[in-house]
Amino acid sequence: MAYEVVIGLETHAELSTVTKLFCGCNTKFGAEPNTQICPICLGMPGVLPVVNKKAFEYALKAALALNCTINRYTNFDRKSYYYPDLPKNYQVSQNYYNLGVDGFIIIEVNNAIQKIRIHNVHLEEEAGKLIHPEEAGADYSLIDFNRAGVPLLEIVSYPDMRNIAEVESYMQTLRKIIFYTGISDCKMQEGSLRFEASISLRKTGKKKLGNRVEIKNLNSMKSVLKAIEYEISRQSELLNRGEMIERETRLWDEIRGRSVRMRSKEEAQDYRYFPEPDLLPFVIDEKWMCSIKDTIPELPLERKQRFVASFQLSDYDADLLTEDKMLSDFFEECVKVVNLPKALCNWIINDLLREVKEKRLDIASLKMKPEQLASLVGMIDDGTISNTIAKEVFSEMIDTGKEPKTIIEEKKLSQISDEWQIIEIVDKVIVSHPNAIEDYKKGKKNAIAFIIGQVMKESKGMANPKIVNEILKNKLKVLD
Amino acid sequence: MKLLSFTALQIKRKILSGEIRATDIVNMLFERIFKIDSNIQSFLTLDEENAFKKAREIDKKVANHESVGLLAGIPIAVKDNICTKDLTTTCASKILKTFIPPYDAFVVKRLKDEDSIIIGKTNLDEFAMGSSTENSSYKITRNPYNQNFVPGGSSGGSSAAVSADLAFMALGSETGGSIRQPAALCGVVGLKPTYGRVSRFGLVAFSSSLDQIGPITKDVSDAALLLRVIAGKDKNDTTCADINVPDYLNGIGGGVKGIKIGIPLEYFAEGLDADVRTAVDNSLKIYERLGAKLVEVSLPHTEYAVAVYYIVANAEASSNLSRFDGVRYGFRANNIKGIDEMYCRSRSEGFGNEVKRRVMLGNYALSSGYYEAYYLKASKVRNLIKKDFDTVFEKVDCIVCPTSPVPAFKIAERIDNPLEMYLSDIYTIPANLSGIPSISIPCGFSREGLPIGLQILTNYFEEAKMLQIAYSFERNTDFHLIKPKL
Amino acid sequence: MSISSKDIEYVASLSKFELSDEEKKIFASQLREVLLYIEKLNMLDTENIAPLIHPFNITNIFREDKLEESIRREKALSLAPATEGFFFKVPKVLE
Repeated sequence: MAYEVVIGLETHAELSTVTKLFCGCNTKFGAEPNTQICPICLGMPGVLPVVNKKAFEYALKAALALNCTINRYTNFDRKSYYYPDLPKNYQVSQNYYNLGVDGFIIIEVNNAIQKIRIHNVHLEEEAGKLIHPEEAGADYSLIDFNRAGVPLLEIVSYPDMRNIAEVESYMQTLRKIIFYTGISDCKMQEGSLRFEASISLRKTGKKKLGNRVEIKNLNSMKSVLKAIEYEISRQSELLNRGEMIERETRLWDEIRGRSVRMRSKEEAQDYRYFPEPDLLPFVIDEKWMCSIKDTIPELPLERKQRFVASFQLSDYDADLLTEDKMLSDFFEECVKVVNLPKALCNWIINDLLREVKEKRLDIASLKMKPEQLASLVGMIDDGTISNTIAKEVFSEMIDTGKEPKTIIEEKKLSQISDEWQIIEIVDKVIVSHPNAIEDYKKGKKNAIAFIIGQVMKESKGMANPKIVNEILKNKLKVLD
Repeated sequence: MKLLSFTALQIKRKILSGEIRATDIVNMLFERIFKIDSNIQSFLTLDEENAFKKAREIDKKVANHESVGLLAGIPIAVKDNICTKDLTTTCASKILKTFIPPYDAFVVKRLKDEDSIIIGKTNLDEFAMGSSTENSSYKITRNPYNQNFVPGGSSGGSSAAVSADLAFMALGSETGGSIRQPAALCGVVGLKPTYGRVSRFGLVAFSSSLDQIGPITKDVSDAALLLRVIAGKDKNDTTCADINVPDYLNGIGGGVKGIKIGIPLEYFAEGLDADVRTAVDNSLKIYERLGAKLVEVSLPHTEYAVAVYYIVANAEASSNLSRFDGVRYGFRANNIKGIDEMYCRSRSEGFGNEVKRRVMLGNYALSSGYYEAYYLKASKVRNLIKKDFDTVFEKVDCIVCPTSPVPAFKIAERIDNPLEMYLSDIYTIPANLSGIPSISIPCGFSREGLPIGLQILTNYFEEAKMLQIAYSFERNTDFHLIKPKL
Repeated sequence: MSISSKDIEYVASLSKFELSDEEKKIFASQLREVLLYIEKLNMLDTENIAPLIHPFNITNIFREDKLEESIRREKALSLAPATEGFFFKVPKVLE
């Protein structure tokens, strides 16, 4: 039997504000347990929340970047459920007037453009962290409330995805957009970006959606994809056997590679949403909205398309460059100084990225400035230095941030373009390698490459290869 | 004993003039508390140590002619649902029996900054849910005028303490009349400020959109003084308004000549006790004699107020009280196995019946499928009730009516009939729903010798006008001077 | 509006209360009475009335994203019924 797969994704992104959503506690990741807490984020009696303006504006920025319609009147609602990591046993979230609704993002799958609709974008508070001791027979759990109250953005997609490739592209694209807007560090390994999937199957051609199964506990994009694959085969097997799919929530077990039931529809939670009476509503006027809109940078897809169009970069290269906003900003700064986009792109995606990876560098705080890389590439172009020398200068530049000219001078790396000096070297090589010259005379034309190599070696790589080539050709002609 | 029956302003003057020391007043006061409060049962916690410490501090300042705060040397009692740093705050609930807040409520900080002497924490209906102070997990407070009767509630402890001269002033809190009703039943002044006039930070929330803290005092001037201290912007409560706080004592004696008083017909209907009616009618005549103009007005949605209140207040309460779960503070039941058993047993053993009733009603009203029929419907009718007041205040300066339909009732008389108990707040609830200010002042006694309260309501943030109208009545009557015989 | 014993069990579970059969009976009858009283609201047509959540229109109150003092860990943990090491402790939570 053929089924159509229908997939929707819920995304949670922790906003990178300095303080929590409703109190002045630090949000820094990795602090000692229970050191970033106060009466407000502990839900003590009588305390009240006060909204962090930056968190609200970050959420607004994200909603705009995701092409949402902004609810000009918005407020917070309480979502009630008991869980020991939720200090008040209600989460301050949004339900009736979400900050943003009816947005979309454009994804690329197999070079085709596709639109995935966003149902809503809203702001809420993060829960604390439960720790389950591993010792055998431990009958208790422990709680660290450092994370409780960190601002959290929830992005709910429509069930617009039909296969794994679309889900992957959606997650990547969404991550890039959020990262570009600068509202979240999107570190999945630290839990600041998380996904939950809901999947249903229907007979191909049918309109009515099947019962939806939600999957939680997905710690990486890989596990999202694996869990969806598992769920698709689980559901189609059930359907093939003529069984019904029950609406339920399942937990993904990464180690065993399968999911287990968490709760059924009957056990579904009754969240009792109602407007948060401790917080006043918000009215977003045109002026405010525009001022936030102005802070949204060019987003990855547009940027990539622009790179391809105006710099004639390949799709692949442009993709790599726009993967990271810092990286593409770096590239653009370079191009401003010297208009050699292709060469610059190669240096960045090969040499720079390799160094960044090996030395675990942060692009934002590189010692080497874009102008310096640009001037290095410019010097290759005008023949001041060879590629080989450039590599040496580059690796020094990355470590020290010194100007390329300074490095060249200090190390006396400047290319030899003085013809007399080169003729001298060429003569020396011809004299000391008579066999190679013989070979060449016998018609082994590739012997010339060996001779050039020897000249470069003799000049410690500093001879201008173009001039070497010309001189050598003339010499050999004479020898003929 | 005569000194203890002075008002707060009178005693402050005596302390500032050096005529008497704050330490002596505190000493006398605690002596009286130890003698009398075993009958009245108004206090849950006393803080002698810090009271004397503060008193000595004031005496020193006065002796050295240093500047002192607005409440210098005035012994004050605080309702036990208002957080006091390092002093137990129980909400009269078993679930917070050992809770010592690491912070002061905004109002408590103001009291301390203005040099008042906090003597202790007073009894209330558990989590302020009740109209008789019988729902306390610890003790039943008695009406100083007749100890077989309730003091009203939920600020019954604060009202009884002020009435019995066990404190010079007190803080109470309101959600549906919990300051005004016990003030009326105990023969003292109780003021509920405009919603947003006073910060709620540190007031253990019952219903966030209705709760307000307010003064309970021996006379109107003291209420004006205390309100001035506790009112004003607080950055920790965003529902608290950034509106200038005047000196409410300034111009309080301006009289009522030419003032238009609205008499709401709906408040003089069926269910109003005959003695209360007589006292209020007589009061209106006094106002007329003083030059005010009486105008009949209508607040047509009054009869729906109690129903709206019991949905809105309890919906919010069900959520506000969910934080008491035995995880981070407060009571946790013993011998529990799973996490759900911890929640259920801690909360079942920790809360009393009235709290359970209201939390369940609130959860029912918010549960899946009922939100629109209950919470949303009630919030819409709440708007109609507010609009009633908006319309009336276009025509009159204030509304005058009874505070409570009946004087104090007997202990245990209504405890088994929640609905009847709820209906005793019928005249106070509309002000909470709309958010307007209101004050209750003594205006007479029933045939049984129990106090009767007169209620005055004005438009948003018109506390100054309200106090002026109240003061005019008080200055021309002596009901506030008739003390209980103890 | 009638309230069944199933209803009372459901709201008790939402409220995290454990009720005896006797309590269930009493609470059910009291809630029934209150809900019956509340029914009077249905006599009003509120079709075009906006709900009133806050008494008046103040909007957009924020604080700046600035660090404020946290509570000392020892102080916070000292208020808790059970702790272990630097953590709050509860009976085992099964996912």
